[in-house]
Amino acid sequence: MSALFTQAFLTSLVLGALTAGIPLMLAGLGEQISEKAGVLNIGIEGMMLFGAYLGFLVAYHTGSVWLGFLGGGVGGLMVAAPMALFCIRMGLSQIVIGIALTLGAEGLTALLHHFQFAQSYPRLPAVETLAIPGLSSIPVIGPALFDRPPIVYLAVLAVAVTAYVFRRTQFGLALQAAGDKPAALDAAGVDVVRVRTVAVLTTGFLAGIGGAFISQIGAGIFVPFMTNGAGFIGIVLAMQARGRPFWVLCGALLFGACLSATTALQVAGVSIPTDIIQMLPFAAVLTVLVLFGRRASLPPALGTHYVRGAR
Amino acid sequence: MTQIHTSSPPQAEPRPIVSLDHVTKRFPGVVANERVSFDLWPGEVHVLLGENGAGKSTLVGMLSGLQLPDEGGVLIDGREVRIASPARALELGIGTVFQHSMLVPSLSVVDNMALGGKWWSRPDRDGVARRMAAVCADIGVTIDPHAKVGSLSLGEQQQVEIVRALMRGSRVLILDEATAMLTPKGAEDLGALMGRLTKLGIAVVFITHKLNEALAFGHRITVLRLGRKVGEIAPERLAALGPAAATAEIVRLMFGAGVATDETAPAPRRGRRAGAPLLEIEALAVDDPSVPVAGINLSVSPGEIVGLAGIDGNGQKQFAEALAGQRRLAAGHIRLGGEAIERLDVGGRRQRGLRYVTDDRLGEGTVGSFPISLNLLLKQVGEAPFWRHGLEQSDAIATHARRLVSEFDVRTPGIETAIGKLSGGNIQKALLARELSGAARAVIFAKPTYGLDVQNIRATRQRIREAAEQGLAVILISTDLEEVLELSDRVAVMSRGHIVGVVDNDADARSRVGELMSGVTA
Repeated sequence: MSALFTQAFLTSLVLGALTAGIPLMLAGLGEQISEKAGVLNIGIEGMMLFGAYLGFLVAYHTGSVWLGFLGGGVGGLMVAAPMALFCIRMGLSQIVIGIALTLGAEGLTALLHHFQFAQSYPRLPAVETLAIPGLSSIPVIGPALFDRPPIVYLAVLAVAVTAYVFRRTQFGLALQAAGDKPAALDAAGVDVVRVRTVAVLTTGFLAGIGGAFISQIGAGIFVPFMTNGAGFIGIVLAMQARGRPFWVLCGALLFGACLSATTALQVAGVSIPTDIIQMLPFAAVLTVLVLFGRRASLPPALGTHYVRGAR
Repeated sequence: MTQIHTSSPPQAEPRPIVSLDHVTKRFPGVVANERVSFDLWPGEVHVLLGENGAGKSTLVGMLSGLQLPDEGGVLIDGREVRIASPARALELGIGTVFQHSMLVPSLSVVDNMALGGKWWSRPDRDGVARRMAAVCADIGVTIDPHAKVGSLSLGEQQQVEIVRALMRGSRVLILDEATAMLTPKGAEDLGALMGRLTKLGIAVVFITHKLNEALAFGHRITVLRLGRKVGEIAPERLAALGPAAATAEIVRLMFGAGVATDETAPAPRRGRRAGAPLLEIEALAVDDPSVPVAGINLSVSPGEIVGLAGIDGNGQKQFAEALAGQRRLAAGHIRLGGEAIERLDVGGRRQRGLRYVTDDRLGEGTVGSFPISLNLLLKQVGEAPFWRHGLEQSDAIATHARRLVSEFDVRTPGIETAIGKLSGGNIQKALLARELSGAARAVIFAKPTYGLDVQNIRATRQRIREAAEQGLAVILISTDLEEVLELSDRVAVMSRGHIVGVVDNDADARSRVGELMSGVTA
């Protein structure tokens, strides 16, 4: 057993946790913003997948990682916009529309990818990393955490920015009120529909970047259905984090570690059946839900359409 | 947000701050307010008193910007204005505290008050807290500005809303049914706060249907009845009358003593008490945060109708639900035909013949989307002969439904029609059919004619009479004094969770019931 915990193994475990965790974190962060405003965003899986597809496509054609991430964000927005239109402006069911958008994005990306690349899965070149001087030379965690593509640092920064917006800005208060008591927000002269629209579009942008992270950095290729439930894990993260962005980060890294353990354990040649190892992340989700599910608190107005004057 | 501070009491002005000048407001089929005039003077608590449906909410809606009058005008400081929105009302200095809180529970008090600035600006928490502290000091309340609203009591939340209204420069404060959700202590505190507000020259409109609160907190009392203003008692007169005489006057205004009853209605029944009591209630108590019910003793003989009068919200609902088995008893005994039933559940009590006709016809009484046939069996689902081995016996259900529909004259296209599509009167008939059929021995009617039209009111009252004639023990809960006096053999009066007296329904029952209802003699 002691041979298992070599430096190489630990480094790959932490690295894997980060690589798998960042997209989950972006999804969870995005979902948290929507949920805070009272929108249960089930379409987030579709937003991620479309972001993964468009991000890959842009990066493939332009050769620019940054444009790829921008494309990913726009891809997420393209799925979030109909969600905002149907659910927030028109008041249709957030659950039905969310499922429809996810299924639609799955079908559309698979189809488009098939037309463009047939059965070939072109690869993107490896993304350059930015080593932070000093920190990156710490053993084990140095190379895993501080010698990463710059987008990783930006994503972690997004957590801090979100926390700041939640706590320190009028928009943060408006988000909270939109999910808790939209009528009070309306009475204070703030347009509930606008607040929720901005929230959903932000979710789409963040989820899209998360998707692009999976295709550009995690895999380097695009494969249909490649987000594989990451958006849904993001929903779980957002619910468990109870409105706190830093908890999303911690949870995402935990889930990421579970996901990466599947690879790391296989690399280390542990004699556990692969199927069991691959169950690990989902077992972790279940465990977390069983342990903390009761304490998850959701905004009272979650999933409901706001109609002025109706009580 | 304009912050007008209200520190020094203004000089007494010779004219009212706000006047409603003969306003009329019609809704489809109803005249909610008919030529009502209403003056609001600075430094006064003006109580708006009336039963449910008297037009209080409509009148207040026109002040707070929710509704515009169809006729008549609104004057502020003698100038005619149009209050088209709540925001406009606030600009004009009229703040409203609605019955249901308009605060965000998950935000702190200051954040609630700071809500609504530019999106990317920082909420000015320190500034808000400072201004809040100043207003709080003026009106003598203590609120922790950083407490989460959700952790405050309902009374404290109301204080927050009052402070917020004052911070926005309100000179007029409307408190809509403000004590309805409060504990007795909370209501007292609110009364004291209203007193302090008027000392600052603020005009308060206090809407209530509780007479004792009107007398305790009000300086001027306006009584509405069926959309009309039936009387106003000015401060000097109120002081001169004293509580007892004022109560008598208000009861007369609210319930219209001596108004000739419908001539076709049969004379009051009396003296039918015979035999041992069938339904006995002993020291019944119910825990309830708003109206705790305690010490209820009541017994009803077969064939007797005991009316339970009282102003709405004095524990009648809690009492009825506890009796029917829908609420836990805190203490006490209920016996039906000598058998103790207080430990039985709803089904057990029903089986032994206790029936409850709820006033919440579409909420707890029926399932609106279910057909009439099933609604008629809602409390017997799974019982033979209508269900066997868990399977529906459609023939038995249909036969049962057809029989009751014709027997109780339910006007419906068919027995498979969803009950929610019927009129209120027909839903009530179906409910009566369900509760009065079978082996009923004692029935509780909760506001049985509330919201019905004249014809259905008459039909329902006839059913209640028939039920008693068949030897059932009847408890009739009603806020309509006329109805209670028309039907009952005896009248019990409920006030603040207690039965404050039981009187025989004889010639001077009306005045004695009125006195008891006011709570003054309690």
